[in-house]
Amino acid sequence: MKKQKLLYLYLANSAPSSGTIGWSLFDGTGQDEPNYQVDAEAPYGSALEAMRDGWRVIQVPVLSPDLPGQEYKTDYLKFEYILEKMEECDE
Amino acid sequence: MSEKVLLSNLQMAEFVNNGFVRLDEVIPQEICDAAKALLETNDIKVGGTRGCDLMERYPKGSPIDQLIRVPEVLGMIESLVGPNPRFDHHAIHRKPAKTGFAQILHQDAEIDVREDAFDIQLSFFVHDTPLEMGGTRFLPGSHFRRVHETQIGRYQNIKGMYQVVCKAGTVVAWHHNIWHGAQPNLMDEVRYMFKLRLNPMVKQQLLWNHEGLSSEESEEIAEVMFKGQPWYGQENRIEIFNRIRMWRFLTNNPDFDREDWFTRVENIPN
Repeated sequence: MKKQKLLYLYLANSAPSSGTIGWSLFDGTGQDEPNYQVDAEAPYGSALEAMRDGWRVIQVPVLSPDLPGQEYKTDYLKFEYILEKMEECDE
Repeated sequence: MSEKVLLSNLQMAEFVNNGFVRLDEVIPQEICDAAKALLETNDIKVGGTRGCDLMERYPKGSPIDQLIRVPEVLGMIESLVGPNPRFDHHAIHRKPAKTGFAQILHQDAEIDVREDAFDIQLSFFVHDTPLEMGGTRFLPGSHFRRVHETQIGRYQNIKGMYQVVCKAGTVVAWHHNIWHGAQPNLMDEVRYMFKLRLNPMVKQQLLWNHEGLSSEESEEIAEVMFKGQPWYGQENRIEIFNRIRMWRFLTNNPDFDREDWFTRVENIPN
């Protein structure tokens, strides 16, 4: 059966070619555990680079204007791309 | 509070930039050892309850009281939250030996909508904490972000993440809002850290050793304060605004600016 891997890439701006500033991997195949080393290398330099390696984009960040009065507030990481790969597993 | 070593302008600029400031090996070994013994047995004696003056919280001369009364620690506390801050809570952080997983990234407590005032949390590392033993990881510069506790839990890696690797006697004071989590402990010994949250009882302005603030040192201060974080990306500019705003408050100088960033957007001629 096929199982899903989810890769979250947080980019510097909305372009899929912009640089990776953060990432998370959730591996439904159970092969890879999260790596929390603070100096770990990003798996890809951008979402575009991941796409070229076979990852399929399933969510792109939505661009919306800031609410009035909130223009100078920051909160969550804005440019979150979610990508998936389906991998064949024994069961 | 009596004897104390206040923070410098540069240390305050570092706090504004990173959201934390660290003092290495300032607590004598014998105090660390006595405090560690209490953490191991969960036997911290207390006086006052939540909401009391910090100096009433722990019996005078007890190991935790001695931790706090180290001149550098007293000075760090006073510089950030003023004299006689209010005790909020404390916690013994215990990471069992051979724990391979990290705590998810989070921000403590509820959303805090205060614009300028802030609490601090002190992390006391009472024994050596090498890389394999973990220590706390912090995301420098995340203290301005208004998020809700573990809603950031799916963020595993962010560029620039900082891990506290230190010798015994090191203290980190951090802004209540900073993103953080406990790192794995791969060693054979339990890891301990004592955390203490304090609330300010005075307006947090010019509480540190601010000698030379408006002199030739100011460019050096700006250099520390406005150093970019590798994870800011496009939002770096907004974070510069955040730091200007915080420095304006801390120094009670509403005209402070960086290359006219605020001056420009505040300019509305009549």
